[in-house]
Amino acid sequence: MARKLLLNNVHIEGIHTYDVYRKNGGYSAVEKALKTMSPDDIVEEVKKSGLRGRGGAGFPTGMKWSFLAKPEGVPRHLLCNADESEPGTFKDRYLMEKIPHLLIEGMILSSFALGANQSYIYIRGEYMFVLRIVEKAIAEAYANGWLGKNILGTGYDLDLSITPGAGAYICGEETALIESLEGKRGNPRMKPPFPAIQGLWQRPTVVNNVETIAAVVPIVNDGGDEYAKIGIGRSTGTKLISASGNVNKPGVYEIELGLSVEEFIYSDQYLGGMKNGKRLKACIPGGSSVPILPHYLVCKTANGEDRLMSYESLADGGFQSGSMLGSGGFIVYDEEQCIVRNTWNFARFYHHESCGQCSPCREGTGWMEKVLHRLEEGHGTLADIDLLWDIQRKIEGNTICPLGDAAAWPVAAAIRHFREEFEWHVNEPKESQIRNYGLVAEKSFQTENA
Amino acid sequence: MSDQIQKFTVTIDGKTVQVDPGTTILNAARMIGGNVVPPAMCYYSSLKGSGGKCRTCLVEVSKGSEKDPRPMPKLVASCSTTVMDGMEVKNKSSEKVLDARKGVVEFLLINHPLDCPVCDQAGECHLQDLAFEHGVGQSRYEFERRTFDKVDLGEYIKLHMTRCILCYRCVYTANQLTDNREHGVLKRGDAAEISTFIEKNLHNDFIGNVIDVCPVGALTDKTFRFRSRVWYTKPMDASCSCDKCSGNAVLWMIGDEIARVTARKDQYGEVKEFICNDCRFNKKEKSQWNIEGPRKISRHSVISANHYEREIPKHTVLLNKA
Amino acid sequence: MENNQRIELPQHLLDEVQRVISLFPEGKQKSALLRVLHIAQAHFGWLSVDVMDYVARLLHIQPIEVYEVATFYSMYDTQQVGKVKLEVCRTGPCMIEGAENIVNYIEKKLGIKDGETTADGMFTLKTVECLGACGYAPMLQAGEKFHEHLTEEKVDALIEAYRSNPVANYMGENQNG
Repeated sequence: MARKLLLNNVHIEGIHTYDVYRKNGGYSAVEKALKTMSPDDIVEEVKKSGLRGRGGAGFPTGMKWSFLAKPEGVPRHLLCNADESEPGTFKDRYLMEKIPHLLIEGMILSSFALGANQSYIYIRGEYMFVLRIVEKAIAEAYANGWLGKNILGTGYDLDLSITPGAGAYICGEETALIESLEGKRGNPRMKPPFPAIQGLWQRPTVVNNVETIAAVVPIVNDGGDEYAKIGIGRSTGTKLISASGNVNKPGVYEIELGLSVEEFIYSDQYLGGMKNGKRLKACIPGGSSVPILPHYLVCKTANGEDRLMSYESLADGGFQSGSMLGSGGFIVYDEEQCIVRNTWNFARFYHHESCGQCSPCREGTGWMEKVLHRLEEGHGTLADIDLLWDIQRKIEGNTICPLGDAAAWPVAAAIRHFREEFEWHVNEPKESQIRNYGLVAEKSFQTENA
Repeated sequence: MSDQIQKFTVTIDGKTVQVDPGTTILNAARMIGGNVVPPAMCYYSSLKGSGGKCRTCLVEVSKGSEKDPRPMPKLVASCSTTVMDGMEVKNKSSEKVLDARKGVVEFLLINHPLDCPVCDQAGECHLQDLAFEHGVGQSRYEFERRTFDKVDLGEYIKLHMTRCILCYRCVYTANQLTDNREHGVLKRGDAAEISTFIEKNLHNDFIGNVIDVCPVGALTDKTFRFRSRVWYTKPMDASCSCDKCSGNAVLWMIGDEIARVTARKDQYGEVKEFICNDCRFNKKEKSQWNIEGPRKISRHSVISANHYEREIPKHTVLLNKA
Repeated sequence: MENNQRIELPQHLLDEVQRVISLFPEGKQKSALLRVLHIAQAHFGWLSVDVMDYVARLLHIQPIEVYEVATFYSMYDTQQVGKVKLEVCRTGPCMIEGAENIVNYIEKKLGIKDGETTADGMFTLKTVECLGACGYAPMLQAGEKFHEHLTEEKVDALIEAYRSNPVANYMGENQNG
């Protein structure tokens, strides 16, 4: 049976309340940390654990923490990124809804480790009902002495609150989140300076994803070495996967990193296979911005090895034949789905969510959406496919923040792997409006790997 | 001792310069001058926080520094990236840069009205220059362009949002030169616009400077609107005694008349001394100014096409008066 | 200007505004802006210029700072909307589970198009981007509530329920409490 570190108690009735959470071992990590560990000890355990950011980028958390500037007399802040907005991703919502005290406990541990005395959870505005759950849990934590002044008599003070966004995917980008938390438009900042030096109110700041912060709880409880034993290679620990699309059992799963993709999709313990017995056509393993994989590259890499749910294996083959673990937004497509329509849909999303600050993203995302719509409606030309390729190429890497890349990658990957389906939309415009293309032919990636 | 501060050596397109730590690549390039200077549509050295947005100044860092010679993986905005000692930068010598810049110009133009023939900014428009140098002859954009209604921002300023490239300079200007900013960037993405939201007039003694900082013809001087092509005017350095500003300005003359007053801009189009509204909009009599002499304009500028040392044809003046 | 006199939050919401402001350090009250706008929108129904100016006064910031924010974030309505806003997610995972059919069904049922409000001012239909319910698609949000695994029958039922009790836009006050 696979180990669970975050959701192991999620089935317990009333676990969202303080009393039940506490009775089941909750806040023991805070007791341990505040009474027996120094802040640096916690940072050390997190480094040992190999924990990597669970929001999408996968940056080692301990290393991120060690970048935090600690100038004398300047307050520093920990911000929790609960702006979960990447299409296909709904794990943080699940965690906060079901077991909000786990996040609060992680916030206390992480804030203590970083020497922060005022921390915030920034949650997307549409999750207002989740905000109310977390806010209630925060009040319980205050009432029971886990937050506020002189926690457990150790002299450590921490104020924690949760604050909403109001509908902007871009606020999941950490500097946009900071701007938003300052009550401004969510325009990402130019980096440098990095938040670790100048973040919220120009003070040193760390921004971590909900799941990342929650994972600090088992790391403190069991030790970083124990945590690192789970998983495979540099993909340590467990990961929450949000599964959606044409599978029998969509939902949130906690997996041990290193599980095979095949088992994840087809076993009854997880997604239970394709819905209605249809064939797998494609899969986006890490949220809408990561490259889509055609059916033959989902369970196997281009070299014929088993594809695993890990940072490395999902990225095997680079963008030529691989993808990314990203946020763990696992979207499965069956043979009835149209890749052109799906790509257009995502392009529309990124167009809608571009902040408009820098020109390649502001102008390029809308342009891609329009060209894709034309192709999807059967009015496109073969030249449109090349045009799209060129537009995405000129956005990627040239924008202030990663939203440009996030908009470009799905288009690039769709053309790379499903070009024949795009061409079919051009060559068979009438037919493309009444039926779907089905599976694309397998391609060999030998030459690209050489 | 200040002259002992360690200087950083940076090489841009093969030309080397010594600069103070903290200098941006763009400013280092400007110290070298000439061809190595990347274009900049949103950066404005006197406006804090400006830059990074238009992406026209992207350059390739082929060597990070003496200590860490690894190249930077992506192109960087030269206006907001500071130099490191031993850094090597490629601007025009990089195919990648030229390709990306061509892309940026295309992005800036897909929704631009290309109405240069009726735009007051023509001849001193940075987008026009940029497109001329880096753009392609044809547009690949086949969809309807974004348009906005023209708006009066008070008595003196016209906002022609359709031409705007969202450089944010005018917002920074209002933030940093005036007490109460009354306009800003509203909405988002490609619907974002400069606006007061409630169609109100901009009041403030220094708000006229938004016209000078605008790199395109989005904010124009209503007292000059459609009066003349800028290259038919004769720019003169002039000053006046003013209790609000330095009074150092440029008068753009048509014959003996002052058609327009602007602040003095350097070769990169930047104003170092902002002027007040009174000098800009209300002092249109020669007697109010002490004229210092003809303004030096780069001979490459279209403004020099009708060089001010030559007589301006009489009919032009008449036409514009009609 | 006379309008401004009538724009005022009731005391319990003003208390809530003060509580939210107090979550941030002295002088950083602008950080409360997004939440205060949610409170104001829930109470007044939408964010008119007068409401936004009122919020600016509450937080001691310039009105333009409020306009900039209110027009940036997609949840804020700077135009009047119906009492109940039905926001149907249309992004990828919801699309492949039939979001377009749900939108079409609501359009037909209510006789309005995406972005429109019914003549009686009851319902506004709006398509929105990913709301984080991908595994429970298709879905819509009404007020603070997520309605998931939508079917035509479920849509019928929830529209009927909201018609008799249109509390969907009143965040915080009438729901989840």
